[in-house]
Amino acid sequence: MLGWELPPHNSGGLGVACYHMSKAIAAEGATIDFVLPYSAEHPGTEYMTIHSATNLSPIHKFGMMGAYDSKYIEEHDLDKVDVNDLQTMRGVQKRYIQYVERLLKVIPTPDAIHAHDWLTMEAGMRAKQLTDAPLIVHVHATEFDRAGTSGSGNPIVHEIEYQGLMMADRILAVSNITKSIIVHKYGIPADKVEVVYNAIDVSSMGVFEYDRRTYRYLEALRNEGYTIVSAVTRLTVQKGLTQLLEGFSKAVSKNDRMALLLAGNGEQRDELIELSANLGISDKVFFTGFVRGKQWRDAYNVSDVFVMSSVSEPFGLTALEAAHHNTALILTKQSGVAETLHSILRYDFWDTDRLANQLVGIATSPALQQSLKTDVKKEYAKLSWSDVARQCMNVYNRMKIGATA
Amino acid sequence: MSKRGLVLYLHVHQPWRVRDYSVFETGVVHDYFREGSDHYAANEVIFNKVVEKSYRPMNALLKKILDSQPDFKISLSISGVFLEQAEAWAPDVLDSFKVLVATGRVEIVAETYYHSLAFFYSDSEFERQVELHRDKIRDLFGVETTAFRNTELAYNDRLAKWADEKGFKAIITEGWDKVLGWRSPNYVYRPDGTQQIKLLMKNYKMSDDIAFRFGNRDWSEWPLSADRYTTWANDALGDGDVLNLFMDYETFGENVWDDTGIFNFFETFVAEWAKNEHNTFYTITEAAEAFDASDSVSMPDTVTWADAERDLSAWLGNSMQQEAMRHLYNLEDDVLRSADMDLISDWRRLTTSDHPYYMSTKYSSDGDVHAYFSPYESPYDAFLYYMNAVRDVRYRVMDSPARGEL
Repeated sequence: MLGWELPPHNSGGLGVACYHMSKAIAAEGATIDFVLPYSAEHPGTEYMTIHSATNLSPIHKFGMMGAYDSKYIEEHDLDKVDVNDLQTMRGVQKRYIQYVERLLKVIPTPDAIHAHDWLTMEAGMRAKQLTDAPLIVHVHATEFDRAGTSGSGNPIVHEIEYQGLMMADRILAVSNITKSIIVHKYGIPADKVEVVYNAIDVSSMGVFEYDRRTYRYLEALRNEGYTIVSAVTRLTVQKGLTQLLEGFSKAVSKNDRMALLLAGNGEQRDELIELSANLGISDKVFFTGFVRGKQWRDAYNVSDVFVMSSVSEPFGLTALEAAHHNTALILTKQSGVAETLHSILRYDFWDTDRLANQLVGIATSPALQQSLKTDVKKEYAKLSWSDVARQCMNVYNRMKIGATA
Repeated sequence: MSKRGLVLYLHVHQPWRVRDYSVFETGVVHDYFREGSDHYAANEVIFNKVVEKSYRPMNALLKKILDSQPDFKISLSISGVFLEQAEAWAPDVLDSFKVLVATGRVEIVAETYYHSLAFFYSDSEFERQVELHRDKIRDLFGVETTAFRNTELAYNDRLAKWADEKGFKAIITEGWDKVLGWRSPNYVYRPDGTQQIKLLMKNYKMSDDIAFRFGNRDWSEWPLSADRYTTWANDALGDGDVLNLFMDYETFGENVWDDTGIFNFFETFVAEWAKNEHNTFYTITEAAEAFDASDSVSMPDTVTWADAERDLSAWLGNSMQQEAMRHLYNLEDDVLRSADMDLISDWRRLTTSDHPYYMSTKYSSDGDVHAYFSPYESPYDAFLYYMNAVRDVRYRVMDSPARGEL
């Protein structure tokens, strides 16, 4: 399996999905060699063998090349990339490929190569070339998703994705939205693409008593009858947060007993701070910065409503996490996870009026709020990682050398 | 007829900076002004640094000049929040100011205790803060203030009328060309619509030669000698009455470092100035009493001594600054009603103008100055920490017996 990050060194959902997926696949009896671009301890990964392609620390990874940062890619042709230049994503990717080449000489030929996103697609293609093993490309996000509303993204990354999708024997997409992008924007035949939804591992979230202490001020607002709305997200254009602020602002003009918690960090933070001041709602918007552990968990716990405002969200695991923590969900129709849930409210990311209506509706109707919270709980837990693993095993088996698809 | 004179005025101030105060601490701990994990905003560290570099050496120099130059006089405004920090961390500095004032040739100028922009938000709070400062100065120095300066020399006709009604003899502001027109800042003026009070206006060209350009190696006149500056000063005043050199006290040693020769420069300049038999020195109030008003000046729009615009845009120019101040002053009634002295003091410390200044996003040449003076990584961080503190004040209001509402 070719990945780019795993918890606790993840900068987002890709690492979390890879962790749970590989764990569940191992439980199905597979042996997994997992390649990472950096070196670090990963507690709880004894079920597989982790290989580090470089000696870089994960801190380096966050600083120089966040797993999602594709806009700085300037060179397509890896022959022109200096393999010793680990300051650039391309340098690290070239080193990653060389590592995979060497690894394949010392481990048994794999039955399947499972590559996650554009980051590892080239390594996947090279591995396929060397071993003739089937290449399964797993798409968690495309460059179109990462670009948000700001154009279509980096053409070099598009090209890499296109090649990877073309060369793949089988493509796994995390939602129909993503499958549709693969089919329509990259011209891949629909029957080559299979939808495999992500899941949530409730047991890994642990059992914690919520003590109402982490966000004391927000709890005080709640006691005053405020409705707490939250988004747990990277603060980046893909996430549609400017539209969220605008919708929230409209909602506040109808019902001012609302507060918005934005848990996370990202390059859009300053813009969002300024926008909330321009909208005159900065007193009601709370920026936490990046949160982990209890602060992360309690961001859900303190919330009545969770909004996923993404312009383009292939899946959106945080919505399931939020549902698990007893919140009502409002998701954009552009979020893949919305395909798997019924007891939610939906809006188009640009439709701030509709969002405002939904926010005010939940804030002013305890019955609506309560039924959304209760009903979604019956739905989210149906998505399990063992189902994902069985789907993957099924694909591996069908793709095995000699097997007929 | 009175001799022409130099009116030296230095402003002494340190704010209570808000530390890196987070959402998670809001409603839990209320120590916004304590040293946080972010050492940049450590008030005591910064204060002690400026004590070493500026307050101790400059006060020693002023004492030396007062002892050796019988005509020498100077005016100081010292904010209440500076005095609080001096009492806590550098009592010797406070004592050295007392020694200066005790010579009778150092005037203390009135202002808001908290170095606030309250005049633009709340007349009642503004008056209370001026009263608090007056009391503090009386307690510490045993003098009554007779001249007034508003924070950042922010001034308009309404302020002049207020100061006149309160019995102040003098008030000061920027000598901004757009207001002065053909007039010179080197005379004493009468604010439009006032009875007694006189207006002194900063000669910004001569003041900024010291405060902003003296230490700048890229300046065409660098290095500036005291002799040459004295010639300029004599020429600049000409037949005028007063040469108003107004600047931050921290110019000496902190903004302009010792190794530029700024202390020597100042000492020599004062001595050279005094050598001219036509020259003398005045405090602000003395200057107002020594000369008749040469004209009346109307300033309906607010003028300050900052930036190319000379307006309030460095403090209230963007929406974050406006939001922060709006939410702060909205709490005024609830905070005062609480009668909780700690809470009231914390709220008032948040009125200090440095807070919105740190939130400025003016990235022109002025923005560089802002960045230099800010202890925060960005104006956005400054805003977030500050808003958390404002919310915590609101939370404490909730907890107090005279309960308000979030």
